[in-house]
Amino acid sequence: MEDTILDILTDITGTDEVRNNPDINLFDEGLLDSLATVQLLVEIDGQLGVQVPVSETVREEWDTPNKIIQQVKAMM
Amino acid sequence: MIPTLTPYAEPIYFLYLFIALAPIVIHFVSTGKRWKVYPAIVTLIFLYISFGGTHLHQGLALIAYVIFESLLTWLYHVYRVRKNSSWIFYLAVLMALLPLILVKITPFIDGQNSIFGFLGISYLTFKSVQVIMETRDGLIKEFSPLAYIRFLLFFPTISSGPIDRFRRFEKDEENDLEPSEYVEMLGQAVWKIFLGFLYKFILGYFFGQVLLPQIGLIALNKGGLSWALVGYMYCYSMYLFFDFAGYSLFAVGTSYLLGYKTPDNFNKPFSAPNIKEFWNRWHMSLSFWFRDFIYMRLMFMLIKKKVFKSRIVASNVGYFALFIIMGVWHGLTWYYIVYGLYHATLICLNDVWLRFKKKHRQSIPSNWGTKGLATFITFNAVCFSFLIFSGFLNQLFF
Repeated sequence: MEDTILDILTDITGTDEVRNNPDINLFDEGLLDSLATVQLLVEIDGQLGVQVPVSETVREEWDTPNKIIQQVKAMM
Repeated sequence: MIPTLTPYAEPIYFLYLFIALAPIVIHFVSTGKRWKVYPAIVTLIFLYISFGGTHLHQGLALIAYVIFESLLTWLYHVYRVRKNSSWIFYLAVLMALLPLILVKITPFIDGQNSIFGFLGISYLTFKSVQVIMETRDGLIKEFSPLAYIRFLLFFPTISSGPIDRFRRFEKDEENDLEPSEYVEMLGQAVWKIFLGFLYKFILGYFFGQVLLPQIGLIALNKGGLSWALVGYMYCYSMYLFFDFAGYSLFAVGTSYLLGYKTPDNFNKPFSAPNIKEFWNRWHMSLSFWFRDFIYMRLMFMLIKKKVFKSRIVASNVGYFALFIIMGVWHGLTWYYIVYGLYHATLICLNDVWLRFKKKHRQSIPSNWGTKGLATFITFNAVCFSFLIFSGFLNQLFF
Protein backbone atom coordinates (compact mmCIF):
# COMPACT_ATOMS: atom_id res chain seq x y z
CA MET A 1 0.00 0.00 0.00
CA GLU A 2 2.82 2.36 0.89
CA ASP A 3 4.42 1.57 -2.42
CA THR A 4 1.25 2.29 -4.37
CA ILE A 5 0.89 5.68 -2.71
CA LEU A 6 4.53 6.54 -3.34
CA ASP A 7 4.09 5.49 -6.97
CA ILE A 8 1.05 7.72 -7.34
CA LEU A 9 2.91 10.59 -5.68
CA THR A 10 5.96 10.14 -7.90
CA ASP A 11 3.66 10.18 -10.88
CA ILE A 12 1.75 13.29 -9.86
CA THR A 13 4.68 15.35 -8.61
CA GLY A 14 6.96 14.15 -11.41
CA THR A 15 9.91 13.63 -9.07
CA ASP A 16 11.55 10.79 -7.12
CA GLU A 17 12.11 13.20 -4.29
CA VAL A 18 8.96 11.84 -2.58
CA ARG A 19 10.66 8.43 -2.26
CA ASN A 20 14.07 9.74 -1.29
CA ASN A 21 12.71 12.11 1.29
CA PRO A 22 9.33 10.95 2.61
CA ASP A 23 9.18 13.83 5.08
CA ILE A 24 9.45 16.51 2.43
CA ASN A 25 6.78 19.21 2.69
CA LEU A 26 4.85 18.81 -0.55
CA PHE A 27 2.99 22.12 -0.41
CA ASP A 28 5.96 24.27 0.60
CA GLU A 29 8.08 22.71 -2.15
CA GLY A 30 5.37 23.41 -4.70
CA LEU A 31 5.02 19.69 -5.49
CA LEU A 32 1.37 19.47 -4.53
CA ASP A 33 -1.47 21.94 -4.93
CA SER A 34 -5.23 21.57 -4.64
CA LEU A 35 -5.59 20.12 -8.15
CA ALA A 36 -2.79 17.61 -7.57
CA THR A 37 -4.34 16.70 -4.22
CA VAL A 38 -7.61 15.91 -5.97
CA GLN A 39 -5.75 13.76 -8.53
CA LEU A 40 -4.10 11.96 -5.65
CA LEU A 41 -7.48 11.28 -4.02
CA VAL A 42 -8.95 10.00 -7.27
CA GLU A 43 -5.99 7.64 -7.72
CA ILE A 44 -6.09 6.42 -4.13
CA ASP A 45 -9.78 5.73 -4.60
CA GLY A 46 -9.18 3.96 -7.94
CA GLN A 47 -6.11 1.93 -7.03
CA LEU A 48 -6.65 1.20 -3.35
CA GLY A 49 -10.40 1.58 -3.06
CA VAL A 50 -9.95 3.96 -0.14
CA GLN A 51 -12.20 6.98 -0.26
CA VAL A 52 -10.57 9.92 1.43
CA PRO A 53 -13.01 12.84 1.65
CA VAL A 54 -11.73 16.12 0.29
CA SER A 55 -12.23 17.90 3.59
CA GLU A 56 -9.96 15.36 5.27
CA THR A 57 -6.96 16.75 3.42
CA VAL A 58 -6.25 19.50 5.93
CA ARG A 59 -2.91 20.79 4.79
CA GLU A 60 -1.05 20.35 8.08
CA GLU A 61 -2.04 16.69 8.25
CA TRP A 62 -1.47 15.96 4.60
CA ASP A 63 1.73 17.77 3.66
CA THR A 64 4.38 14.99 3.53
CA PRO A 65 4.39 11.53 1.89
CA ASN A 66 4.66 9.89 5.31
CA LYS A 67 1.71 11.80 6.70
CA ILE A 68 -0.38 10.95 3.64
CA ILE A 69 0.41 7.24 4.05
CA GLN A 70 -0.56 7.44 7.71
CA GLN A 71 -3.83 9.20 6.94
CA VAL A 72 -4.77 6.68 4.27
CA LYS A 73 -3.90 3.78 6.60
CA ALA A 74 -6.19 5.29 9.20
CA MET A 75 -9.01 5.44 6.66
CA MET A 76 -8.69 1.81 5.53
CA MET B 1 -31.60 51.40 26.93
CA ILE B 2 -28.88 49.68 24.93
CA PRO B 3 -28.09 51.35 21.61
CA THR B 4 -28.00 49.24 18.46
CA LEU B 5 -24.43 48.91 17.22
CA THR B 6 -22.84 47.26 14.22
CA PRO B 7 -19.98 45.03 15.43
CA TYR B 8 -16.64 46.88 15.73
CA ALA B 9 -17.97 49.96 13.93
CA GLU B 10 -17.69 52.42 16.82
CA PRO B 11 -15.32 52.92 19.77
CA ILE B 12 -18.16 52.46 22.28
CA TYR B 13 -18.64 48.90 20.99
CA PHE B 14 -15.11 48.07 22.09
CA LEU B 15 -15.74 49.56 25.52
CA TYR B 16 -18.74 47.25 26.01
CA LEU B 17 -16.69 44.40 24.63
CA PHE B 18 -13.80 44.89 27.04
CA ILE B 19 -16.10 45.24 30.04
CA ALA B 20 -18.06 42.11 29.13
CA LEU B 21 -14.98 40.02 28.35
CA ALA B 22 -12.90 41.10 31.36
CA PRO B 23 -14.27 38.33 33.65
CA ILE B 24 -13.58 35.70 30.98
CA VAL B 25 -10.03 36.96 30.50
CA ILE B 26 -9.35 36.99 34.24
CA HIS B 27 -10.80 33.50 34.66
CA PHE B 28 -8.74 32.13 31.78
CA VAL B 29 -5.52 33.72 32.97
CA SER B 30 -5.94 32.31 36.47
CA THR B 31 -7.29 28.82 35.69
CA GLY B 32 -7.21 28.20 31.91
CA LYS B 33 -10.71 26.74 32.28
CA ARG B 34 -13.53 27.39 29.88
CA TRP B 35 -16.77 28.82 31.21
CA LYS B 36 -19.99 27.68 29.59
CA VAL B 37 -22.76 29.87 30.91
CA TYR B 38 -21.23 33.33 31.13
CA PRO B 39 -19.90 33.38 27.50
CA ALA B 40 -23.38 32.31 26.37
CA ILE B 41 -24.89 35.27 28.20
CA VAL B 42 -22.28 37.61 26.68
CA THR B 43 -23.12 36.20 23.25
CA LEU B 44 -26.82 36.91 23.76
CA ILE B 45 -26.11 40.45 24.92
CA PHE B 46 -23.88 41.20 21.93
CA LEU B 47 -26.30 39.64 19.50
CA TYR B 48 -28.95 41.88 21.04
CA ILE B 49 -26.69 44.93 20.67
CA SER B 50 -26.28 44.24 16.94
CA PHE B 51 -29.60 42.63 16.05
CA GLY B 52 -32.04 44.09 18.57
CA GLY B 53 -33.58 47.54 19.07
CA THR B 54 -33.96 49.30 15.76
CA HIS B 55 -32.58 46.20 14.00
CA LEU B 56 -35.07 43.83 15.59
CA HIS B 57 -36.44 42.74 12.21
CA GLN B 58 -32.92 41.45 11.48
CA GLY B 59 -32.82 39.73 14.82
CA LEU B 60 -36.05 37.91 14.05
CA ALA B 61 -34.74 36.91 10.64
CA LEU B 62 -31.58 35.60 12.33
CA ILE B 63 -33.61 33.51 14.77
CA ALA B 64 -35.74 32.10 11.95
CA TYR B 65 -32.58 31.35 9.95
CA VAL B 66 -30.90 29.50 12.80
CA ILE B 67 -34.00 27.41 13.51
CA PHE B 68 -34.35 26.57 9.82
CA GLU B 69 -30.70 25.58 9.33
CA SER B 70 -30.59 23.60 12.57
CA LEU B 71 -33.69 21.60 11.61
CA LEU B 72 -32.33 21.01 8.12
CA THR B 73 -28.92 19.90 9.33
CA TRP B 74 -30.49 17.67 11.98
CA LEU B 75 -32.80 16.06 9.40
CA TYR B 76 -29.93 15.51 7.00
CA HIS B 77 -27.85 14.01 9.77
CA VAL B 78 -30.65 11.58 10.72
CA TYR B 79 -30.91 10.61 7.06
CA ARG B 80 -27.15 10.29 6.55
CA VAL B 81 -26.76 7.83 9.42
CA ARG B 82 -28.89 5.38 7.40
CA LYS B 83 -28.42 6.25 3.76
CA ASN B 84 -26.21 8.31 1.47
CA SER B 85 -27.91 9.31 -1.75
CA SER B 86 -26.25 12.05 -3.76
CA TRP B 87 -29.58 13.62 -4.67
CA ILE B 88 -30.66 14.02 -1.07
CA PHE B 89 -27.26 15.58 -0.39
CA TYR B 90 -27.63 18.07 -3.26
CA LEU B 91 -31.14 18.85 -2.09
CA ALA B 92 -29.90 19.47 1.44
CA VAL B 93 -27.18 21.83 0.18
CA LEU B 94 -29.71 23.66 -1.97
CA MET B 95 -32.07 24.00 0.99
CA ALA B 96 -29.22 25.34 3.13
CA LEU B 97 -28.54 27.93 0.43
CA LEU B 98 -32.20 28.81 -0.01
CA PRO B 99 -32.44 31.65 2.55
CA LEU B 100 -29.37 33.33 1.05
CA ILE B 101 -30.65 32.87 -2.50
CA LEU B 102 -34.00 34.41 -1.51
CA VAL B 103 -32.27 37.35 0.13
CA LYS B 104 -30.07 37.96 -2.93
CA ILE B 105 -32.90 37.69 -5.47
CA THR B 106 -35.76 39.44 -3.67
CA PRO B 107 -34.54 43.01 -4.34
CA PHE B 108 -34.66 42.31 -8.08
CA ILE B 109 -38.19 40.96 -8.01
CA ASP B 110 -39.72 43.04 -5.27
CA GLY B 111 -37.64 46.19 -5.40
CA GLN B 112 -37.07 45.92 -1.66
CA ASN B 113 -34.99 43.93 0.75
CA SER B 114 -36.13 40.49 1.78
CA ILE B 115 -37.61 40.13 5.25
CA PHE B 116 -35.34 37.11 5.70
CA GLY B 117 -32.17 39.18 5.42
CA PHE B 118 -29.82 40.07 8.25
CA LEU B 119 -26.24 41.24 8.58
CA GLY B 120 -23.93 38.27 8.07
CA ILE B 121 -26.35 35.86 6.39
CA SER B 122 -23.80 34.99 3.69
CA TYR B 123 -21.19 34.14 6.29
CA LEU B 124 -23.58 31.97 8.27
CA THR B 125 -24.53 30.21 5.05
CA PHE B 126 -20.90 29.21 4.47
CA LYS B 127 -20.92 27.62 7.90
CA SER B 128 -24.23 25.83 7.36
CA VAL B 129 -23.25 24.39 3.98
CA GLN B 130 -19.89 23.29 5.30
CA VAL B 131 -21.48 21.29 8.13
CA ILE B 132 -23.82 19.50 5.70
CA MET B 133 -20.92 18.66 3.37
CA GLU B 134 -18.76 17.29 6.17
CA THR B 135 -21.73 15.35 7.54
CA ARG B 136 -22.01 13.70 4.16
CA ASP B 137 -18.29 12.90 4.17
CA GLY B 138 -18.79 11.19 7.52
CA LEU B 139 -16.42 13.62 9.21
CA ILE B 140 -19.07 15.15 11.44
CA LYS B 141 -20.53 12.09 13.08
CA GLU B 142 -22.74 13.56 15.71
CA PHE B 143 -25.21 16.37 15.59
CA SER B 144 -25.60 18.37 18.74
CA PRO B 145 -28.04 21.22 18.20
CA LEU B 146 -26.44 23.24 20.95
CA ALA B 147 -22.91 22.89 19.52
CA TYR B 148 -24.21 23.72 16.06
CA ILE B 149 -26.03 26.84 17.19
CA ARG B 150 -23.02 27.95 19.22
CA PHE B 151 -20.90 27.59 16.08
CA LEU B 152 -23.33 29.56 13.92
CA LEU B 153 -23.92 32.30 16.46
CA PHE B 154 -20.32 32.82 17.57
CA PHE B 155 -20.70 36.58 17.87
CA PRO B 156 -17.15 37.86 17.19
CA THR B 157 -17.30 36.63 13.59
CA ILE B 158 -21.04 36.76 12.93
CA SER B 159 -21.20 39.82 10.68
CA SER B 160 -18.33 39.22 8.21
CA GLY B 161 -16.28 36.19 9.22
CA PRO B 162 -13.55 34.89 9.21
CA ILE B 163 -15.35 31.69 8.28
CA ASP B 164 -14.36 29.08 10.81
CA ARG B 165 -14.66 25.29 10.41
CA PHE B 166 -17.02 23.34 12.64
CA ARG B 167 -14.52 20.63 13.61
CA ARG B 168 -11.83 23.17 14.40
CA PHE B 169 -14.24 25.25 16.46
CA GLU B 170 -15.40 22.16 18.37
CA LYS B 171 -11.82 21.28 19.25
CA ASP B 172 -11.39 24.68 20.89
CA GLU B 173 -14.77 24.38 22.52
CA GLU B 174 -13.98 21.02 24.13
CA ASN B 175 -10.49 21.75 25.40
CA ASP B 176 -9.35 23.88 28.27
CA LEU B 177 -6.16 25.87 27.91
CA GLU B 178 -3.01 26.10 29.94
CA PRO B 179 -3.00 29.53 31.59
CA SER B 180 0.38 30.22 29.95
CA GLU B 181 -1.08 29.29 26.57
CA TYR B 182 -3.97 31.66 27.13
CA VAL B 183 -1.63 34.46 28.21
CA GLU B 184 0.13 34.09 24.89
CA MET B 185 -3.20 34.26 23.05
CA LEU B 186 -4.10 37.30 25.13
CA GLY B 187 -0.94 39.03 23.96
CA GLN B 188 -1.73 38.21 20.35
CA ALA B 189 -5.31 39.37 20.84
CA VAL B 190 -4.21 42.76 22.15
CA TRP B 191 -1.74 43.12 19.27
CA LYS B 192 -4.37 42.20 16.70
CA ILE B 193 -7.01 44.51 18.09
CA PHE B 194 -4.63 47.47 18.24
CA LEU B 195 -3.31 46.75 14.77
CA GLY B 196 -6.97 46.62 13.76
CA PHE B 197 -7.48 50.13 15.19
CA LEU B 198 -4.59 51.39 13.07
CA TYR B 199 -5.87 49.61 9.97
CA LYS B 200 -9.57 50.30 10.15
CA PHE B 201 -9.96 53.55 12.05
CA ILE B 202 -6.85 55.37 10.85
CA LEU B 203 -5.60 54.01 7.51
CA GLY B 204 -8.94 52.64 6.26
CA TYR B 205 -10.67 55.84 7.33
CA PHE B 206 -8.04 58.01 5.67
CA PHE B 207 -8.14 56.16 2.34
CA GLY B 208 -11.86 55.46 2.33
CA GLN B 209 -13.50 58.50 3.91
CA VAL B 210 -10.96 61.29 3.42
CA LEU B 211 -9.12 60.60 0.18
CA LEU B 212 -11.46 58.43 -1.85
CA PRO B 213 -14.46 60.78 -2.16
CA GLN B 214 -12.17 63.60 -3.36
CA ILE B 215 -10.38 61.49 -5.96
CA GLY B 216 -13.72 60.05 -7.00
CA LEU B 217 -15.12 63.52 -7.61
CA ILE B 218 -12.14 64.52 -9.75
CA ALA B 219 -12.38 61.29 -11.75
CA LEU B 220 -16.10 61.81 -12.33
CA ASN B 221 -15.56 65.41 -13.44
CA LYS B 222 -12.85 64.39 -15.90
CA GLY B 223 -14.90 61.46 -17.10
CA GLY B 224 -13.59 58.42 -18.95
CA LEU B 225 -10.01 57.33 -18.45
CA SER B 226 -7.93 59.69 -16.39
CA TRP B 227 -5.04 59.75 -13.94
CA ALA B 228 -7.61 60.40 -11.25
CA LEU B 229 -9.21 57.08 -12.12
CA VAL B 230 -5.85 55.36 -11.67
CA GLY B 231 -5.53 57.14 -8.33
CA TYR B 232 -9.02 55.98 -7.42
CA MET B 233 -8.01 52.41 -8.19
CA TYR B 234 -5.06 52.41 -5.80
CA CYS B 235 -6.84 54.40 -3.15
CA TYR B 236 -9.86 52.09 -3.19
CA SER B 237 -7.59 49.03 -3.03
CA MET B 238 -5.85 50.42 0.05
CA TYR B 239 -9.18 51.28 1.62
CA LEU B 240 -10.58 47.79 0.91
CA PHE B 241 -7.56 46.10 2.41
CA PHE B 242 -7.19 48.22 5.54
CA ASP B 243 -10.91 48.31 6.24
CA PHE B 244 -11.50 44.58 5.87
CA ALA B 245 -8.16 43.44 7.31
CA GLY B 246 -8.85 45.77 10.26
CA TYR B 247 -12.28 44.27 10.80
CA SER B 248 -10.83 40.76 10.53
CA LEU B 249 -8.18 41.58 13.12
CA PHE B 250 -10.91 42.69 15.53
CA ALA B 251 -12.89 39.51 14.90
CA VAL B 252 -9.89 37.23 15.34
CA GLY B 253 -8.56 39.20 18.34
CA THR B 254 -11.94 39.04 20.08
CA SER B 255 -12.14 35.29 19.39
CA TYR B 256 -8.72 34.86 21.01
CA LEU B 257 -9.93 36.74 24.09
CA LEU B 258 -12.75 34.19 24.32
CA GLY B 259 -10.23 31.36 23.92
CA TYR B 260 -10.97 30.44 20.30
CA LYS B 261 -8.30 30.40 17.61
CA THR B 262 -10.42 31.68 14.75
CA PRO B 263 -8.30 31.52 11.56
CA ASP B 264 -6.71 34.67 10.18
CA ASN B 265 -8.08 36.31 7.06
CA PHE B 266 -5.07 38.16 5.64
CA ASN B 267 -1.39 37.36 5.29
CA LYS B 268 0.41 40.23 3.53
CA PRO B 269 -1.64 39.76 0.34
CA PHE B 270 0.12 42.49 -1.64
CA SER B 271 3.45 40.69 -1.34
CA ALA B 272 2.13 37.77 -3.40
CA PRO B 273 4.25 37.02 -6.49
CA ASN B 274 1.29 35.62 -8.45
CA ILE B 275 -2.51 35.49 -8.41
CA LYS B 276 -2.69 31.99 -7.02
CA GLU B 277 -0.52 33.02 -4.11
CA PHE B 278 -2.59 36.18 -3.74
CA TRP B 279 -5.70 34.07 -3.07
CA ASN B 280 -3.74 32.11 -0.48
CA ARG B 281 -3.20 35.41 1.32
CA TRP B 282 -6.33 37.51 0.70
CA HIS B 283 -9.59 36.88 2.58
CA MET B 284 -8.14 33.46 3.29
CA SER B 285 -11.05 31.94 5.16
CA LEU B 286 -13.27 32.67 2.14
CA SER B 287 -10.85 31.53 -0.55
CA PHE B 288 -10.01 28.35 1.39
CA TRP B 289 -13.71 27.69 1.78
CA PHE B 290 -14.18 28.00 -1.97
CA ARG B 291 -11.11 25.86 -2.55
CA ASP B 292 -12.19 23.05 -0.19
CA PHE B 293 -15.93 23.04 -0.70
CA ILE B 294 -16.35 24.03 -4.33
CA TYR B 295 -13.18 23.79 -6.40
CA MET B 296 -11.74 20.54 -5.01
CA ARG B 297 -15.10 18.78 -4.85
CA LEU B 298 -15.97 19.78 -8.37
CA MET B 299 -12.52 18.72 -9.58
CA PHE B 300 -12.88 15.39 -7.81
CA MET B 301 -16.12 14.72 -9.66
CA LEU B 302 -14.82 15.95 -13.02
CA ILE B 303 -11.61 13.94 -12.83
CA LYS B 304 -13.17 10.78 -11.41
CA LYS B 305 -15.92 10.69 -14.02
CA LYS B 306 -13.43 11.74 -16.70
CA VAL B 307 -15.73 14.49 -17.92
CA PHE B 308 -12.87 16.26 -19.66
CA LYS B 309 -10.01 14.51 -21.38
CA SER B 310 -7.53 17.13 -20.33
CA ARG B 311 -6.88 17.86 -16.67
CA ILE B 312 -5.94 21.38 -17.65
CA VAL B 313 -9.36 22.01 -19.17
CA ALA B 314 -11.01 20.47 -16.12
CA SER B 315 -8.97 22.70 -13.83
CA ASN B 316 -9.86 25.82 -15.80
CA VAL B 317 -13.55 24.91 -15.72
CA GLY B 318 -13.17 24.52 -11.96
CA TYR B 319 -11.61 27.97 -11.62
CA PHE B 320 -14.35 29.63 -13.64
CA ALA B 321 -17.04 27.88 -11.62
CA LEU B 322 -15.35 28.96 -8.39
CA PHE B 323 -14.90 32.60 -9.31
CA ILE B 324 -18.29 33.04 -10.98
CA ILE B 325 -19.93 31.69 -7.83
CA MET B 326 -17.75 34.00 -5.75
CA GLY B 327 -18.79 36.94 -7.93
CA VAL B 328 -22.48 36.10 -7.70
CA TRP B 329 -22.13 35.63 -3.96
CA HIS B 330 -20.85 39.22 -3.65
CA GLY B 331 -24.03 40.38 -5.34
CA LEU B 332 -26.02 40.13 -8.53
CA THR B 333 -24.51 43.11 -10.34
CA TRP B 334 -22.45 43.07 -13.49
CA TYR B 335 -19.29 44.32 -11.85
CA TYR B 336 -19.12 41.55 -9.24
CA ILE B 337 -19.58 38.96 -11.96
CA VAL B 338 -16.95 40.61 -14.18
CA TYR B 339 -14.69 40.69 -11.12
CA GLY B 340 -15.12 36.92 -10.84
CA LEU B 341 -14.53 36.31 -14.54
CA TYR B 342 -11.47 38.53 -14.48
CA HIS B 343 -9.90 36.61 -11.59
CA ALA B 344 -10.74 33.26 -13.17
CA THR B 345 -9.02 34.39 -16.37
CA LEU B 346 -5.99 35.62 -14.45
CA ILE B 347 -5.62 32.39 -12.53
CA CYS B 348 -5.91 30.29 -15.71
CA LEU B 349 -3.26 32.44 -17.39
CA ASN B 350 -1.16 32.15 -14.27
CA ASP B 351 -1.38 28.36 -14.61
CA VAL B 352 -0.29 28.53 -18.25
CA TRP B 353 2.73 30.53 -17.15
CA LEU B 354 3.52 28.17 -14.27
CA ARG B 355 3.42 25.17 -16.62
CA PHE B 356 5.64 26.98 -19.11
CA LYS B 357 8.07 27.92 -16.36
CA LYS B 358 8.22 24.32 -15.10
CA LYS B 359 9.13 23.10 -18.57
CA HIS B 360 11.79 25.73 -19.21
CA ARG B 361 13.14 25.93 -15.69
CA GLN B 362 16.77 26.20 -16.83
CA SER B 363 16.36 29.04 -19.29
CA ILE B 364 14.16 31.36 -17.18
CA PRO B 365 16.05 33.54 -14.72
CA SER B 366 14.80 33.68 -11.15
CA ASN B 367 16.19 36.32 -8.83
CA TRP B 368 15.02 39.13 -6.61
CA GLY B 369 14.53 41.30 -9.70
CA THR B 370 12.12 38.89 -11.38
CA LYS B 371 10.38 38.27 -8.05
CA GLY B 372 9.98 42.01 -7.58
CA LEU B 373 8.58 42.39 -11.06
CA ALA B 374 6.16 39.49 -10.50
CA THR B 375 4.95 41.04 -7.26
CA PHE B 376 4.53 44.42 -8.94
CA ILE B 377 2.51 42.93 -11.81
CA THR B 378 0.35 40.91 -9.41
CA PHE B 379 -0.30 43.96 -7.26
CA ASN B 380 -1.46 46.01 -10.24
CA ALA B 381 -3.60 43.21 -11.66
CA VAL B 382 -5.25 42.86 -8.26
CA CYS B 383 -5.81 46.60 -7.85
CA PHE B 384 -7.48 46.67 -11.24
CA SER B 385 -9.79 43.87 -10.11
CA PHE B 386 -10.73 45.96 -7.09
CA LEU B 387 -11.53 48.90 -9.33
CA ILE B 388 -14.02 46.63 -11.10
CA PHE B 389 -15.25 45.38 -7.73
CA SER B 390 -15.76 48.92 -6.36
CA GLY B 391 -18.58 49.59 -8.82
CA PHE B 392 -17.00 52.97 -9.58
CA LEU B 393 -16.81 52.12 -13.29
CA ASN B 394 -20.54 51.66 -13.18
CA GLN B 395 -20.90 55.20 -11.88
CA LEU B 396 -18.36 56.50 -14.35
CA PHE B 397 -19.61 54.89 -17.54
CA PHE B 398 -23.30 54.13 -17.04
